[in-house]
Amino acid sequence: MKRGISYTQAFATVLKRDLKIAVRHRGDIFNPLLFFVMVVTLFPLGIGPEPQVLTRIAPGIIWVAALLASMLSLERLFKADFVDGSLEQMLLSPQPLYLTVLAKVLAHWILTGVPLILVSPLLAVLLHLEENSYGALMSTLALGTPVLSLLGAIGVALTVGLRKGGVLLSLLILPLYIPVLIFATSAIDAAGMNLPYDGQLAIIGAMLVGSLTLAPFAVGASLRVSTN
Amino acid sequence: MTHLTTTANTLVSADKLTCIREERILFDELSFSVNEGEIIQIEGPNGAGKTSLLRILAGLSRPYAGAVFYQGEDITRCRDEFNENLLYLGHLAGVKSELTAEENLNFNLRLSGYDQFNSGEILAKVNLKGFEEALAGHLSAGQHRRTALARLWHTNCKIWILDEPFTAIDKRGVAELEQLFLEHAASGGCVILTTHQDMGLIKDERLRKLKLEYRFI
Amino acid sequence: MWKWLHPYADPERAYQLSDKLLPWFTFLAIAFIATGTVWGLAFAPTDYQQGDSYRIIFIHVPAASMSMAAYMGMATAAFIGLVWQIKAADWTAAAIAPIGAVVTFIALFTGASWGKPMWGTWWVWDARLTSELVLLFLYLGVIALYASFEDKVLAARAAGILAIVGVINIPIIKYSVEWWSSLHQPSTIRITEKSTMSTDMLYPLLINIFGFGLMIGALTLVRFKAEILARNAMRPWVREMALARGAK
Repeated sequence: MKRGISYTQAFATVLKRDLKIAVRHRGDIFNPLLFFVMVVTLFPLGIGPEPQVLTRIAPGIIWVAALLASMLSLERLFKADFVDGSLEQMLLSPQPLYLTVLAKVLAHWILTGVPLILVSPLLAVLLHLEENSYGALMSTLALGTPVLSLLGAIGVALTVGLRKGGVLLSLLILPLYIPVLIFATSAIDAAGMNLPYDGQLAIIGAMLVGSLTLAPFAVGASLRVSTN
Repeated sequence: MTHLTTTANTLVSADKLTCIREERILFDELSFSVNEGEIIQIEGPNGAGKTSLLRILAGLSRPYAGAVFYQGEDITRCRDEFNENLLYLGHLAGVKSELTAEENLNFNLRLSGYDQFNSGEILAKVNLKGFEEALAGHLSAGQHRRTALARLWHTNCKIWILDEPFTAIDKRGVAELEQLFLEHAASGGCVILTTHQDMGLIKDERLRKLKLEYRFI
Repeated sequence: MWKWLHPYADPERAYQLSDKLLPWFTFLAIAFIATGTVWGLAFAPTDYQQGDSYRIIFIHVPAASMSMAAYMGMATAAFIGLVWQIKAADWTAAAIAPIGAVVTFIALFTGASWGKPMWGTWWVWDARLTSELVLLFLYLGVIALYASFEDKVLAARAAGILAIVGVINIPIIKYSVEWWSSLHQPSTIRITEKSTMSTDMLYPLLINIFGFGLMIGALTLVRFKAEILARNAMRPWVREMALARGAK
């Protein structure tokens, strides 16, 4: 009975399992995406169809909708595992909790973040986004949505044991999303005016590195509280 | 640690554990130690704190006061070594309905660090031969439980903490499990469990009982 | 280094200590705030630009600076509770949160009231007001999380983790909001405190800042004591104390 699992294998085991479960439960992937599309289409209906106005507010709308969609989809990150006791087993596993958490968040981002990035150009067309801004939109989403998933995971881990987690979750994590929102929309605006936006991208990248290193620890500590 | 009777073959010891739930003291300053070869049954009425005690021993819950020691060291300070030697099964089985019996076992074993095993053989030992490809969600309650228990047949953890392991298991299955516990104890491990069922094989002299009373304050 | 803290991890000792400290904090807080406020409102000179309406500064600035300090205090307590597993530290953090939230609200409210005569509007998306608003949200998150757990020992631990996550994010949020505000508002009217403030204005301000700190300390002690009693209600020492107090 040799125990020869390397960290990479342990990471891959958790990642594959979560992807497999999600594929057998497809609604979880499509519902947040539908939500994202619906929210974005509501804005022209509420504000009016003038292209100039929509062009002006498109980056903000897409990003705010992405924040909300990411937050809503995150609610399920640990819930099922908490309910059936798998989460306990992960906490008691000799593998570092950091890796388990990172694998789960990555699986979640692949399932919800990536589709969101892929569908965003379509929404940008609907909102008459400046043509120059498409690259900035895609790159900020690619760098920014993992930050949202990592920060959001902390909030989810804190509320997973509570019966009424939903509204509370938004209060806990939306303030933490503010910096990503500010730098992402400003990068898209800058790109629309043909200005360089690599500074903003660098800052979002720094946030990604920071949250990659720190957030899993906070998630781990929170899960230990929630399963207590 | 002087008040505890710990010896060289003590695996886990509880030092003055106090547990408070919903403003009620479940147990206060509870101290005991578990040695190699022992099978311990935690007894007590519903609500006496049996599950809470097991979760504290496993390091899942933090006691209000006191600490759990593994080979003389606080488990919150040596979590990795402790987890490597701990097999805990709560009354939630940790079995995913979306995965097959075999996938569940594979995942649980890999999560514990094992990479070489024959899952078909292990599942056969818990009478799940032929159900390897069945989704756990489609299995009966007993088979569901067996999927979780299968890990007991492939482990080198010394400390087994089992919360109601016999739930939904038939008589023959219970006897097989008891046999496994005895073998485990004989090979230097320990079992800490709760159960409401009478055990046939594990009799008085082999079994140590720890009674928790229901307390009203 | 932290050995001196350990005896006070015991709830009974912590209770006795805060019982002893409370009168001092209360007395000093009242003395400082009374002095600073009377001096500031009645005796400090009138500002030549803003007239008497600037006097709200003697409440606004202490509240604003202490709102941040209280958050730091809360996060420090939470960090001690997390690392050294001292429950009393978790409870301190939980005790500070509502006080900090109220102080933050006072800072926002006085800021808005000051903005009305100065800017002609109650609210502008000024960098400081915006980060103060976000700070209020962070406080409210901690309070809401604490309130959601039925087991208050767990509640304090969870709220503590959130407070620590918040404190790491505060500088990032503050920086990003300032950057955002400079980007979107090239020409706002600035009513920054003039760096060459007359000492007659500065002293009452400093006294009030200090007084606010003491007041937060006193209120924290009151809440901390209540928290200890609530968590240890079934303990013999609490029962004995309750009986002794009841007999008086």
